[in-house]
Amino acid sequence: MTTTAEPQVFRSPGSRGLWAWVTTVDHKRIGLLYAVSAAVFFLIGGIEALLVRTQLFGPNLEVLSAEAYNQLFTMHGLTMVFLVVMPIAAAFTNYFLPIMIGARDVAFPRLNSFSYWLFFFGGLLIYSSFLLGGAPDGAWVGYAPLSTQLTEVVRMDFWTIGLALLGVSSLGASANFIATTFTMRAPGMSMLRMPVFAWMSLVVAFLLIFSLPSVTIGLFQLFLDRNFGALFYASAAGGDPLLWQHLFWIFGHPEVYVLILPAMGIVSEVLPTFARKPLFGYPFVVFSGAAIGFIGFGVWSHHMFTSGMGPIAEAGFGVATMIIAVPTGVKIFNWLGTIWGGKIKYNTPMLFSLAFIAMFVIGGLSGVTHAVVPSDTQQHDSYYVVAHFHYVLFGGAVFGYVSGIYYWFPKWTGRKLNEALGKVHFWLALIGFNLTFGPMHILGLNGMPRRTYRYPEGLGWANWNAVATIGAYVILLAFLVFAWNIVRTHFLAKGERVGNDPWDGRTLEWTTSSPPPVHNFDTIPVVHSLDDFWHQKYTEDDEGRAVRIPAVTEGALTVDEETGGGDESHEPDEDMHMPSPSFYPVVSAFGFAITGAGLIYLPWGFLGVGVGVAIAVWGLFGWSLEPVTKEH
Amino acid sequence: MPRNRTGDRASEAPGAELAARTRNKNGRLRLLLTLPVLAFLASCSGSGPQSALEPKGPIARDIDGLWDLVYWLAVAVFIMVTALLVWAMWRYRERPGDETEPKQLHGSAAIELGGVVFSVVLLAIISVPTVRGLLDMRQVPEGDDVIQIQVTGHQWWWEFEYVDETGPDGATLITANELHIPEDATVYLTMTSADVIHSFWIPAVNGKRDVVPGQVTNLTIIADDPTSPDEPLPGQCAEFCGLAHADMRIKLHVHTDADYAAWLDEQFQPSQLPAEESELAAGWSTFNTVCTTCHQVSLEDVEGEVVTYGPERHIAAADIQFRSSFGPNLTHLFSRGTFGAGTVELTESHLAEWIGDPQSLKPMNPDENDLAAGRVLGMPDTGLNADEISEVIELLKTWR
Repeated sequence: MTTTAEPQVFRSPGSRGLWAWVTTVDHKRIGLLYAVSAAVFFLIGGIEALLVRTQLFGPNLEVLSAEAYNQLFTMHGLTMVFLVVMPIAAAFTNYFLPIMIGARDVAFPRLNSFSYWLFFFGGLLIYSSFLLGGAPDGAWVGYAPLSTQLTEVVRMDFWTIGLALLGVSSLGASANFIATTFTMRAPGMSMLRMPVFAWMSLVVAFLLIFSLPSVTIGLFQLFLDRNFGALFYASAAGGDPLLWQHLFWIFGHPEVYVLILPAMGIVSEVLPTFARKPLFGYPFVVFSGAAIGFIGFGVWSHHMFTSGMGPIAEAGFGVATMIIAVPTGVKIFNWLGTIWGGKIKYNTPMLFSLAFIAMFVIGGLSGVTHAVVPSDTQQHDSYYVVAHFHYVLFGGAVFGYVSGIYYWFPKWTGRKLNEALGKVHFWLALIGFNLTFGPMHILGLNGMPRRTYRYPEGLGWANWNAVATIGAYVILLAFLVFAWNIVRTHFLAKGERVGNDPWDGRTLEWTTSSPPPVHNFDTIPVVHSLDDFWHQKYTEDDEGRAVRIPAVTEGALTVDEETGGGDESHEPDEDMHMPSPSFYPVVSAFGFAITGAGLIYLPWGFLGVGVGVAIAVWGLFGWSLEPVTKEH
Repeated sequence: MPRNRTGDRASEAPGAELAARTRNKNGRLRLLLTLPVLAFLASCSGSGPQSALEPKGPIARDIDGLWDLVYWLAVAVFIMVTALLVWAMWRYRERPGDETEPKQLHGSAAIELGGVVFSVVLLAIISVPTVRGLLDMRQVPEGDDVIQIQVTGHQWWWEFEYVDETGPDGATLITANELHIPEDATVYLTMTSADVIHSFWIPAVNGKRDVVPGQVTNLTIIADDPTSPDEPLPGQCAEFCGLAHADMRIKLHVHTDADYAAWLDEQFQPSQLPAEESELAAGWSTFNTVCTTCHQVSLEDVEGEVVTYGPERHIAAADIQFRSSFGPNLTHLFSRGTFGAGTVELTESHLAEWIGDPQSLKPMNPDENDLAAGRVLGMPDTGLNADEISEVIELLKTWR
């Protein structure tokens, strides 16, 4: 570890190697675990997408059977939403939320470990279905009664149980992030001095806390319908198939903001850094993010404009959906304001953030066209919708996260990703992305429905489908370059070594070493303003231009040195008790997963449930009884 | 965004561009290079028969008009935002040797307010026609001339019952997958599903409407002009409904009033039950043992009596009974152009292939069929040999 010798950091000696990663409760290590898992699932979900695209290259191809196709597109959606974008957001939040607000760890480090491992085992459980007779094949939304139709086939049980486990994981993580944000901010770090990324993480945590219960209830009902004939969604018995859609989308729509808001947070960090200007309209960006979160709970039925709701309900949800475009537009104006008048440095993180804005504008505008209800009845469940949400979630969210990876890679590893490779990655990704998803707008408007494993000749869809498939392979190429860049920079150690503050950053993570010590800061920083670190380095002249404060040398300062001469001078903190590694969170997460696996194979699975519950209880007991820190 | 909204516009623009380019110095070379690209774009420019952008009826046209408004507003906003973005990216790029730092602007309440007002005004412009169009579209059509058709969605085919009229046997007309309507008529569909959620979508005449088990949904369709028999307006199920969702298509035939009346007459004419000694008797015997497990046929015997064979099923939704069966009604099978829910052209050889191995032409899941529970997931293997199949086909050919 890179700790300096002066302050004493106490934590149990722990172990090395794999076991250290399994038992870690360090938020940074857990963040990296999320990131690596997300990368693996991104590869898998990407291969699924390529298979789907290959099948659609031309009319009536037989690359995949209908059965295989339906599993692959279901798993692609499930994977990209729950096993890629959510965990990569969790990776950034885990790693940087505590550092950005000047904390040493999250509020509940072992709960954090539990959340990760539950996500890990949940993902594993869902993917084990491929080896156990077939993956879920009812689309990621799992509409009843299709999802409750074939109860003898366990595929959709993998989906209900898997999602429920991932939901518990997200709830744990969200509670943790909220507690961390509210209780562990450094002195002076008032809410309106928090970086926008921290704010967006907070909003996301609240969104999850309030939306997950709805889908969890729905999932339990589906599970009961499938396994015990509970009839919640069986219309013949008076059940209501549309109830599932409401319960799902009350979660599903806020979920969209769960996926995009952290990326918006990242973009709001990257743009000011490389434009060398503060974020334009910080409070507006923050509150529009919160407003998106609130309004996001009132628009779910726009996913159901063709389901048979009354026209008044449809009109209401349509207008509410338009209203959400207002705070979203505010963000875009403010990002433009941020680069306006700046001094823009075009490196890879900045390019991805700028592309995020352009692509997100397209996705946002096509989103507004969905709010036009009559028009939406033509677009709904067509490839137009597929184009729309990929512009938001890939051109938007994924570009934002990739920008974040380039931006913070030096902080994780001490090395910068290669710029030349980064630019190749960027241009291939931008071109490939637009080739793939641009034509889908046209396909959808020309009547091609989504989730169809083949299409006939004569409908005019062949050429644009071919273009989209070629685009998908360009995206593959782009991300192979990205992967090589990471391998080369970090694993082959060929990347340029950089100091603590390679980008002349603005926020607290750049004050500590790269990678940060286990305790993040030798001294908990005292915060005086928004972008505190920047204001330690720069002041403004009469014209309002930034002027470097001469005494400070780039990259070398620590907060301690910086505040050394000031009024809040204090010695390095002594006796930092960092929480000890623990294997109980893994044990209890494993127990939950075994319980879930047992529930899939009822009635014999009750044995598995018994074993799983026993393991989980053991884990929870061990967890509650073990001391937080070892004696020293 | 769709660049080539219609074939006409798209083919004009590249032509003009080409003419201009050939005047250039390197015109020929450029022409050679751009020709394949333009040819490709031209071939993509047709919207196709299932396009929502080429409406063939007043309702779809209203929707398209609304789309045009929103589309061009969106294009305008996109161009504005992108122009600002690209301009700022160019104007404020870091220049080598420039040591000055930018002014540290923190924000401007006026710009924020302006942005909000700007978006609100734009959205208000969209929302008024949206709500008005929506209320228009959802109105229940009234009048004696409205044609009422009940639609039942099945995994994976469509069943249509013409409930306005009854034939000589006093029963309503039932057909499958190919919907026939007269031009300019207001057709009001009353829909439900026999199993899972489907969605009825023929983009040329209206947007889609989900078809939900246990519930009744409605959709009005109006088509302007008659279609040629070879080129009905295509549509298909738009809500994922399982294995063969992609193969659950609809063909809409639009007729003149006279042709529609003639079509109705034909359909109400029962097909003939083969006489016991006729050469079709063997085929009928096979059919009546195997096929009528799921399929209904109404046949007139030599004494002129009409008898319906095959299972009668009623699907209740709200307080409406939808007459139905386990498979498409075959009384007038050979009056259709396609089978397998619009996926296979109706020819004797295709039909022989289908009866011999139904899943060779369309993926289905008949192993999960449970007729007692009303669950039908496709046509099972019939176990018929080649002779039996050709006998059955000979019989079916007479049912026009």
